[in-house]
Amino acid sequence: MVDPRLSVIDKRFKDVKNIISIVSGKGGVGKSVIASTMALLLAQKGFKTGLLDLDFYGPSCHIVYGVEKTFPKEEKGLVPPEINGVKFMTITYFAEEEPVPLRGQEVTDAIIEILAITIWGELDYLIIDMPPGIGDEILDIIRLVKNAKHIVVTAPTKLAINVSKRLIKLFREINVDLIGLIENMVSEESLAKEICKNIGIKYLGRIRFDKNLENAIGDPEKIKETIFAQDLNSIVSEIIK
Amino acid sequence: MSFFIIYLLPYLLVFFMHEWALAEGVISTLLNFMNKEKLERIIEANIIFGELQQVDIDAFKYALEELSKDTPLRDTKFIFTIEKAEFRCRVCGHKWSFEQQREMLDEDIAEAIHFVPELAHSFIKCPNCGSTDFEVVKGRGVYIGEITVE
Repeated sequence: MVDPRLSVIDKRFKDVKNIISIVSGKGGVGKSVIASTMALLLAQKGFKTGLLDLDFYGPSCHIVYGVEKTFPKEEKGLVPPEINGVKFMTITYFAEEEPVPLRGQEVTDAIIEILAITIWGELDYLIIDMPPGIGDEILDIIRLVKNAKHIVVTAPTKLAINVSKRLIKLFREINVDLIGLIENMVSEESLAKEICKNIGIKYLGRIRFDKNLENAIGDPEKIKETIFAQDLNSIVSEIIK
Repeated sequence: MSFFIIYLLPYLLVFFMHEWALAEGVISTLLNFMNKEKLERIIEANIIFGELQQVDIDAFKYALEELSKDTPLRDTKFIFTIEKAEFRCRVCGHKWSFEQQREMLDEDIAEAIHFVPELAHSFIKCPNCGSTDFEVVKGRGVYIGEITVE
């Protein structure tokens, strides 16, 4: 038996100029907030932007955007609703508040289904928020979305940086296009900059720890005004150069 | 006039349904196969619908006809087979069918499973032990089965 969905995935991304996946070795490093805010900042700069939350176990981008009841439009597939100028797709439209307890092949099947039925149309940038770790989701995105580039997010901790190094090693071994690394929640000294230099990966910049960010979650306009967004905006401006 | 509108409505609605996206996958896969194997014609193709995805077969059939119109698949006969969905609990080994639970699901949940069949794990539990850790043994989604070529 042949799975017909695989043959349309390339077609779904035909008019998407840049695909960037935001990955991390460890959870809790701010990856979802970075992915969601990066999409907001790109949309603010006038780019046609999409955001795909592929973190089935802990989807969070809808919380960052404060999305409540909405659903994709059915039009020869599913057209993601536009939230704050960003075409936004998430498993939560279907699962709502229920947990999504999936195993290996089930994760792959759910990813293939979403990639096959989501109609993005023309986009300058599609940002993908990945779950943490080196698992099915990352391997599937590398396999299925061949022109995706990746950004690793880490916190300035020895543990997070150590796992990031493993992730970077994997990307290198399988020749994946890596844009660089963002160091998030930096209070004092950067821990990752020197390591990036040593392992030869581009240090995209650091984002200062911003105690006001938590209060802005759920309100994209407030998020854009945070120190977090200012720091990320400098990084985004460099990436799109 | 109203008769025609009522008659055509289900076919017009297919443009707004996600069956179209699934049908595109079937057409695209068959065309790629023809191209790769240098075939001029596929006489018959068996399309298997897993019951769990609850595909609207009329809508799917109409989408296939529209999508194959100007392609070498225009004369291909599509045979449709529905495969009953069966589950097996990974915790207690109990086996059961989707049919047994379908009527108890509310429409929003059935629709969520229609779009992403893996969401069965969010809404369906083993009737014996209550676990969500079960395997969809068969009947998940849309597949291409046997094909007859010229």
